[in-house]
Amino acid sequence: MNVSLEHYLMLTAFVFAIGLCGALSRKNAIIVLMGIEIMFNAGILNFVAFWHYKYFVSLTAQVFAIFAISIAAAESAVGLALVIAVYRHYRSVDLDEMRSLKG
Amino acid sequence: MSEARYIDELVRQQWLIPFFPLVAAAIQSLLKRPSRKLSATLTIGAMGLSCIFALRAFFATLGGGEHTEVQRAIWNFTWFKFGNTSLDLGLILDPLTAGMAAMVSFVGFWIFVNATGYMDEDENFTRFFCFLSLFAASMLGLVISNNLLLLFMCWELVGLCSYLLIGFWYFKPSAAAAMKKAFITTRIGDVGFFLGILMLYWKTGTLNLYATDGTGALQQAGSLVHLAGWWGLSAASTIAFLLFIGAMGKSAQFPLHVWLPDAMEGPTPVSALIHAATMVAAGVFMVGRMYPLFIAEPGAWVMDFVMWIGCFTAVFSATIAVAQFDIKRVLAYSTCSQLGFMVMALGAGNLAAGQFHLLTHAFFKALLFLGSGCVIIGTHHEQDMRKMGGLRKYMPITFVCYVIGTLALAGVPPFAGFFSKDEVLLATFQRNRLAWGLATFAAFLTAFYMTRQIFMVFFGRWRGGDKEHAHGHEAHEDHGHGHGHHEPHEVSWNMWLPIAVLSLFAIGFGFFSHKFGNYLGAQEGEAVAGKPIVMGLSIAVGLLGIFLGWLVYGRKTMEHASDPDPLAVNLGGLFTVLNRKWYIDEFYEATVFRFTAACAMFFRLFDKLVVDGILHVIVFLALVISQIFRGVGDEFFINGGFDASCESVRLGGKVLAKLQSGRVQNYFRVLSLGAAILLLIYFFT
Repeated sequence: MNVSLEHYLMLTAFVFAIGLCGALSRKNAIIVLMGIEIMFNAGILNFVAFWHYKYFVSLTAQVFAIFAISIAAAESAVGLALVIAVYRHYRSVDLDEMRSLKG
Repeated sequence: MSEARYIDELVRQQWLIPFFPLVAAAIQSLLKRPSRKLSATLTIGAMGLSCIFALRAFFATLGGGEHTEVQRAIWNFTWFKFGNTSLDLGLILDPLTAGMAAMVSFVGFWIFVNATGYMDEDENFTRFFCFLSLFAASMLGLVISNNLLLLFMCWELVGLCSYLLIGFWYFKPSAAAAMKKAFITTRIGDVGFFLGILMLYWKTGTLNLYATDGTGALQQAGSLVHLAGWWGLSAASTIAFLLFIGAMGKSAQFPLHVWLPDAMEGPTPVSALIHAATMVAAGVFMVGRMYPLFIAEPGAWVMDFVMWIGCFTAVFSATIAVAQFDIKRVLAYSTCSQLGFMVMALGAGNLAAGQFHLLTHAFFKALLFLGSGCVIIGTHHEQDMRKMGGLRKYMPITFVCYVIGTLALAGVPPFAGFFSKDEVLLATFQRNRLAWGLATFAAFLTAFYMTRQIFMVFFGRWRGGDKEHAHGHEAHEDHGHGHGHHEPHEVSWNMWLPIAVLSLFAIGFGFFSHKFGNYLGAQEGEAVAGKPIVMGLSIAVGLLGIFLGWLVYGRKTMEHASDPDPLAVNLGGLFTVLNRKWYIDEFYEATVFRFTAACAMFFRLFDKLVVDGILHVIVFLALVISQIFRGVGDEFFINGGFDASCESVRLGGKVLAKLQSGRVQNYFRVLSLGAAILLLIYFFT
């Protein structure tokens, strides 16, 4: 079976959709965070796939991917810290209960 | 030729003459602590220096007496420039100036000496001497100026100083009124003077009187005759007429004479200065200075006008002087009358006679005024002649000098007044017989009222001790003078010495009369017809006046201060009219004052009704307009518009606030939806 760029793109789109679904539909803040991470990784996979099929001449995509991974790590650290802070305040991680910013 | 060069050199030092008194005045005004001795020394010393310089200039102009050409040196310089126009000032040294400057500084010097005695008890001694210095400086500046602008400035300074000095005792209401009267009355004349200056500048383009290149205003008098002026006169005569109005104010000619008698409110040395050397002399001198303009057009009525004004003033004031009781007031009207003589001589076309009478008159009138000052001090500030009498025994020196002054004024030969008055009468005789007759009558009156004064003041018994004097006594005590007795006494040397010196001149000065015409450069009027008649009549009326005076006042002197004047008994109502000065003041009060008051009332009403009315209408309109703007513009448009926009913003906020649900996942959903829509748009277009 010959694996082409389309296969990779379809894979990443599928992964992205899974992440989006999780982020939108679940009430638990941690699972929403996990969905966001999955969407991030779909994006990174896209970069690498394009690089693999010589869409970029230099190492730009690789560098971009590494940057994105590190930023995602930092982001998830901040996100988890926020979730912990929220949990300490509300004794819950249910996003529907966090409505104090309602206009 | 060398002599001419000498006066050319001297004219550059002319500014020194007014400079010394000016500096003296400046120093005195800047002194921190007034010192009487320093003040008097400065003033008198500065005047002495001026006198030396003035005399030096005077002798330089005398020359040999042979030359026919007038010795005249001028020095013009530019004061400042603006654009192409420059304002020049200039100094002059010619016989007219030199004679005047010498007289003013000399007479002024002795008046200052006398003033140290007269003002001895005054607490504002230093202020007085400061003003005196300034007065002398401005008069000397006026005399030496070769430029109408400079002359006018000094002219106004003289007016200012007389204002300050007449009102020296400003706490007296009468003095305060007199100072205002003097200032305002002379100011009326100054309007004419100023118009004359403007017109002269307009017509000739220069205010320098003489210039070395012949472009001076007076040197152009000949061409001015051909230019048309106003009132059917040539430009030269029109300017002369306007200038003469200024002289009328300054030299107290009818109808602007009213200020001079009231100027008696000032201290007596000031009166002497005003009447003899400075203030009133300025007018006559100015006419003499501008004389080429007056005589430029033969047959113009200006000269007749000048003559008749002088003639009328001479007679008119002499009649008033007959019926006055204040010793200084008699002299004041006498001055008016004598000034009339001078002006008349100028109008009759004889410059030398007028100027010579000005000089001689300055000597004996200063003498008489200082003498009356001595009398006033000697009798402890008594000015009413009815309360004097018999002073001959108490004040012999003053008496002798006063008699000399009287004889000079009355025109008795060989005193100075005789010669100068004779010249005046002769000049008038040649011009107009009627004016001459009137002037001779005035000369008679002069002799009469001076004799009356002599007998009332110096002969008979001392009436100051009468019961009527009790009032004066109290006033005297109020003054706080420490005299223990009320007997009159002779004055100290610094008061009688000046009058003694001046009486020498009153005796001897007249002998120069025939030389004076030569000196001024006038044509020698040899063998004038009618000279014996004029001279004879002049002597006759002088003696007649004295005789009549003796008949009325001397044969039987007044016994009590409350006695009626012998003349009043004979003349009755006429005497009252004369005593009230022909009711001129009352006439002015009834006409000029009323008119002014009526004008003021009218303008006040005008102000109230019309001006204020217009203002009120404007205010009302402004109020109405602002109401309209408030109601329509502000309330409706601005406030309403603002409220409406605020309301819509609030509504928008309400709508938008609904979007802000606070649910994180809602935002996320909207975000995703938006991204999806963007993708769809990307794919399908």
